[in-house]
Amino acid sequence: MSTNNPLELIDEMPTPTHGANAPTSKRLSRRQLVVRRFLRNKTAVLGLLVLVVMALLAVFGPLISAWDYRDVDRTAFLSEPDSRHPFGTTQSGVDMFALTLRGLSKSLVIGLAVAVISTGIAAVVGAFAAYFGGWFERIALWVIDLLLVVPSFLIIAIMMSADRSGTNQSGFDRFVSAAPQWIVLVVLLALFGWMLAARVVRSLSLSVKEREYVQAARFMGIPAPVIIVRHILPNISSLLIIDATLNVAAAILAETSLSFFGFGVKPPDTSLGVLLGVGARQATTFPWLFVPPAVTVVLLILAVNAVGDGLRDALDPTSGSGGRV
Amino acid sequence: MTTATTSAGRRRTGAGDVVLSVRDLHVTFPSEAGDVRAVRGLDFDLRAGETMAIVGESGSGKSVTSLAVMGLHPASAQITGSVRLHGEEILDRDDAAMSKLRGKAMSMVFQDPLSALTPVYTVGDQIVEAIQLHRPMPAAQAWKEAVELLDLVGIPNPQARVRSFPHEFSGGMRQRAMIAMAIANDPDVIIADEPTTALDVTIQAQVLEVLKRAQRETGAAVIMITHDLGVVAGMADRVTVMYAGRPVEQGSVDDIYYRPQMPYTIGLLGSVPRLDAAERQPLATVEGNPPSVVNLPPGCPFAPRCPLAEEQCWTTEPALVEHSGSLARRVTAGPDSEAATVAGHAAACHLADRVVRDGLRYTDIFPVAEHAWSALEQVPREQRQPVLQISGLKRHYPLMKGAVLRRRVGTVYAVDGIDLEVREGETLGLVGESGCGKSTTLMEVLNFLPPTDGTITVLGKNPAALRGRARKELRRDLQIVFQDPMASLDPRMTVFDLIAEPLKAHGWSKADTAARVEELMATVGLDPSHVNRYPGQFSGGQRQRIGIARALALKPKLLVLDEPVSALDVSIQAGVINLLDQLKAELGLSYLFVAHDLAVIRHIADRVAVMYLGSIVEHGDVDQVYDNPRHPYTQALLSAIPIPDPETERTRERILLRGELPSPADPPSGCKFRTRCPRKLALPESDQERCVTEPPPLLPVGTDHTSACHFNDTDRHVDVVA
Repeated sequence: MSTNNPLELIDEMPTPTHGANAPTSKRLSRRQLVVRRFLRNKTAVLGLLVLVVMALLAVFGPLISAWDYRDVDRTAFLSEPDSRHPFGTTQSGVDMFALTLRGLSKSLVIGLAVAVISTGIAAVVGAFAAYFGGWFERIALWVIDLLLVVPSFLIIAIMMSADRSGTNQSGFDRFVSAAPQWIVLVVLLALFGWMLAARVVRSLSLSVKEREYVQAARFMGIPAPVIIVRHILPNISSLLIIDATLNVAAAILAETSLSFFGFGVKPPDTSLGVLLGVGARQATTFPWLFVPPAVTVVLLILAVNAVGDGLRDALDPTSGSGGRV
Repeated sequence: MTTATTSAGRRRTGAGDVVLSVRDLHVTFPSEAGDVRAVRGLDFDLRAGETMAIVGESGSGKSVTSLAVMGLHPASAQITGSVRLHGEEILDRDDAAMSKLRGKAMSMVFQDPLSALTPVYTVGDQIVEAIQLHRPMPAAQAWKEAVELLDLVGIPNPQARVRSFPHEFSGGMRQRAMIAMAIANDPDVIIADEPTTALDVTIQAQVLEVLKRAQRETGAAVIMITHDLGVVAGMADRVTVMYAGRPVEQGSVDDIYYRPQMPYTIGLLGSVPRLDAAERQPLATVEGNPPSVVNLPPGCPFAPRCPLAEEQCWTTEPALVEHSGSLARRVTAGPDSEAATVAGHAAACHLADRVVRDGLRYTDIFPVAEHAWSALEQVPREQRQPVLQISGLKRHYPLMKGAVLRRRVGTVYAVDGIDLEVREGETLGLVGESGCGKSTTLMEVLNFLPPTDGTITVLGKNPAALRGRARKELRRDLQIVFQDPMASLDPRMTVFDLIAEPLKAHGWSKADTAARVEELMATVGLDPSHVNRYPGQFSGGQRQRIGIARALALKPKLLVLDEPVSALDVSIQAGVINLLDQLKAELGLSYLFVAHDLAVIRHIADRVAVMYLGSIVEHGDVDQVYDNPRHPYTQALLSAIPIPDPETERTRERILLRGELPSPADPPSGCKFRTRCPRKLALPESDQERCVTEPPPLLPVGTDHTSACHFNDTDRHVDVVA
């Protein structure tokens, strides 16, 4: 049996292509393997690169920009892009480049954080509900159904704008007034965004739970949380990744509509959503108000999708694209 | 179109005339990895009334052949060669023309009767459709014929059952209905593709009888595609053995079984565990796996697995020729030849002459594992410690109804009071048909939950009472190997992580784990350099070895094996059985071995328990039970198993059970087997009453042999095996 027919099996680790003649018998941990498979996917690497550049711009952008997003250039209201303002200025004379950078940093944080947190909650609640069943599952489903029928937009709007300066502050009130506004927004968006995914995760986990390898793990004496993290979640990771990538776009959009009504990010602070909302109305007459944030959003979402696809293929050993080249 | 009708209208002229003639058939599927050459040059003639078996392991091209002959192949397939039905070429016909032939001149019985019948129409509707499609007739007449057909294939009360839906039929009855549809238009050729693989042995025996009867009634030629060499021995007149898309040996059934010439055939026959082998006869181990038919290297495709392989085997592929021992006579005809191809016995092997001359047997060609006895097995059984004791085990499931107000409407008696004991170094085989409760018993042992009633004691402890650390420690001593090695290995983990998982769970250090995994991979015969691979990159047999390595990782004392070889090909299965045998001797393991294949149990087990409907009907030493079965169910079960020996198969008397397994939710009163019992029918009225009222206990019938029948002594000895 030790003599494998090399023709029948897709050779996963062709020796010559990787490293300085690394022997095939060198054992790689799961993480190393996933990283290696991910790095083979050029589109995904490009997407990751774009994300990294965006993150760097968001953090260090103010250093390269001549203007701050709060500065008003009283000599240039609504001016076209020129050497002083590479992306032009707004009606109130704020530099568009500085605004885009600021918006990018907000949207990047909100989009990614909301996506990761809400998908994380969905994964944990859905998988645990499916695995343990019984009362835990019923309560989880009640909470999910309850949150689904609650008008989340209204609640977030009320919570974001409520007056919390009264004397009898609750713990939540203190958290909201102490924490930066964007964190509150992230928490609230994530809190109301995981339910549908959790239901899907639960139903997928129910089928994975019945697989023999989960039973095998149970009979080995492996504790339930470890089984869920090691066996169930990786096997539904395709769904989780798709959910997370969609959530990035959804969170940016949700933040936009909240901001439009004045409940999300408040001026003078800005986000890509706010910029898009303002710029879209004048897109044909003053395109420089619209094009920079729009291109940034599109790039951001394309990059997230590319990374998501790459991650999915890297985690799934049956996908050819992850391995063969 | 016109030719189609004329050829279909023309009846075969008489028995023995060639009905179907296939010449130089090639089937190729284009794929990204390269052309998949599924069939590479197949010739045969099929005569009226004859049964030809095509035997081969998965991927050998046998099913593709049948699809190509029927014109049911996928559109992407490229087919060359010639297929003639009554002398008329049918390979170049379009789908519409083929549809006139399918179901009329040629018909097919598929493997899975559940998916082959449309669930939303009644069985009668589907048979009537098959009839009216080819022979326009009034509906009333077609329904009358449908009832007659169902009667012919042995469906009780066909008048009523004709209006049943497929889901109301059991698996065996569905397959009968499929056969009824296949013979509805009196076809000339019936192609049966693994017709009984999905069925239990007693049902398999019934269905094979029906197939034989259908063939007698219609005088059709049958192509039987199967991997089961026992079925072939009982059914076929001639056999074609396929390997990697090519016929490697063709001949009469006796030639193939008694005078095989090609080492692959010899190995295949030698690797089947025999029901009629009294002592442990070692199985031939055919190393390696069947090759992929993409980019086949030159030379004989079997050469990499053939211990005899010589220089020329690696360079030129042998033709299918007749070997007399001294001189090879080429008999394979070209694609245009009208001459009968292989009338006699032919093999595609450069060395067949040597095999014939020297009379080589599988023991001469293949390495056979010598059975070693462990130190434990030398100790008399009574002095060994019991590792698993089950007494009075019951597992009942409530049958609930209603969505809001759920109420209990009945009980499923999945396991209904069984006693078992496994001692150190011993293998207990638990056999029975699907639904008899053997898997439930296993799960009760493994779940560590209190059963409905009775006790389970593992290594002297009651697992249901243990908590925390003690429970985990007991888990270490009790491990399981599952049936389907694909389903039991997490596809997203590498081999290393899979085997290391139990070690990690029990707190082994990193260095120890790595060393142990390497050791385990070597123990089960895997290449330790493959630690980074995913299970999907291994073949079935190798995956099962990974499963075994994982189960052995913590050095357990008792291994529970749930049908560990039933999903594997014959030649691979033998390797795994030999491995299990060897591990047991080397490591002093005890096995609880659950299987439906009684031949495998006979080969591997020391003691056997036969289950029927949640109870044990016969229990004892494996040789005593097999050589002298006393319970009528065991007798029927043993007699239903096909033996890969044509002579034995022809002379054997089969005990055919009537009907199907009763529902475990509504078991018969008294003796559970009484509804199907052939022995009960022979008893006087007064004794029959006892079967209905009084459940029989396990009564001793030998030194280590009990049987649950009131009338164990009615027939002293039934020679069911040979």
